[in-house]
Amino acid sequence: MFNQIFNNSKRFVFLILFQVLILNNIQLGGYLNPYLYVLFILMLPFETPKGLLLLLAFLLGISVDMFSNTLGMHAMACVLLAFFRPHIVTYISPRGGYDFGAEPTVKDMGFNWYLSYTGILILAHHILLFNLEVFRLTEFFSTLYRTLLSSLFTLVLVLITHYIISGKKS
Amino acid sequence: MRSIILFIWRNNFIFLFLLFELFSAFLVVQNNSFQRASFLNSSSYIAANLYEAFDSMTGYFGLRKENDRLAIENEKLHAQSIMSYVQYIDNEFIHNDTIYQQQYTYLTARVINNSINRRNNYLTLNKGTNQGVQREMAVISSLGVVGIVKDVSANFSTVLSLLHADSRTSIKILGKDYFGSVIWDGNDFSFGTVKELPTHIVINKGDQIITSGFSTIFPEGLPVGSVEDIEVIAGDKSYTLKIKYSTDFGSLANIYLVSNLLKKEQIHLEDTTRQE
Repeated sequence: MFNQIFNNSKRFVFLILFQVLILNNIQLGGYLNPYLYVLFILMLPFETPKGLLLLLAFLLGISVDMFSNTLGMHAMACVLLAFFRPHIVTYISPRGGYDFGAEPTVKDMGFNWYLSYTGILILAHHILLFNLEVFRLTEFFSTLYRTLLSSLFTLVLVLITHYIISGKKS
Repeated sequence: MRSIILFIWRNNFIFLFLLFELFSAFLVVQNNSFQRASFLNSSSYIAANLYEAFDSMTGYFGLRKENDRLAIENEKLHAQSIMSYVQYIDNEFIHNDTIYQQQYTYLTARVINNSINRRNNYLTLNKGTNQGVQREMAVISSLGVVGIVKDVSANFSTVLSLLHADSRTSIKILGKDYFGSVIWDGNDFSFGTVKELPTHIVINKGDQIITSGFSTIFPEGLPVGSVEDIEVIAGDKSYTLKIKYSTDFGSLANIYLVSNLLKKEQIHLEDTTRQE
């Protein structure tokens, strides 16, 4: 239990720093931007109380907001992600339900499960975030295009980081 | 009453979710209005200090380029200085010059954080109210216009870059007095758009775009960019110009903050006229 709190706090700080110092400065073809920091919410254990999930997501979002001058936007997107998470987890649950003590990882749940789990949630997060940032419907298609590409970019980074983190543990 | 509380308690997840979302939305709306100062941004204590520490590590990488740029600027300034002019008239009278009054003062600062890859981009500078920075001061680089100061804390400030949906800089074409404004469509950080110039004037590719000096923020004649592409959309009475920014937003390091000493006077006068 204590170990889990420690690990997650470490991840919280590391992901925010990595996001605001490195990833926010990356630009590929125009202004795509990967938001790897959502991995923190994705990696929280299944047993996390739902209320705590929302609170942590809000704190994560508002911290990133503070660094990127987008007050409230990341917070909104993260809270939405945290709200969807339990629903998605129930929706794509494997036959026979989740084993006790299982974690949302490739090792425990399999690659297909992990891909749809992260894919859907990242997409939801990015759609809200990019539209909030642009805040006008006249640029809808260019926003959609950027949203999809950035989601893909984030997804790839999430998968890579996931393998690095879980590879280190075993 | 009891059943309402019970209902909320049973659906606490949804209500908690709505609560967080409403609060965040409130922050978004409050922060979006340009005129209001926000309290949590990158000029806040933690964020700004972290960025400054990171900049002091990574700042060395761009030194060569930055030095070249400053050297070129020095060269220009030397050419303009009084020492570079030959005096042809010997019997000159020395008098206390009251024809010229200083209107703009300049202050250097360092960019400690910068973004170009979002729809609305901001910079963070390492100077604040303690060093004399105020809101709505102009920010320029040695190459051209950069943006306008948005929020200021004691030792840091944030800048709304030209690469922002709310950015409108009043400009004119060098040598012609028609004016328009530059906006950013959000696609490429090197190009902006000018829409208000009428089609009956002649514009060529490569024409210089400079600030008009109409706003109380930017001095007249600062380079903004050059015309890259000219287009007239059918039915429009004005050009749609694609301009290449003269500032390289990708590699900003040292910038100048410009304050207009006569700004209050001008705004006060314009307000009085408008009210009548």
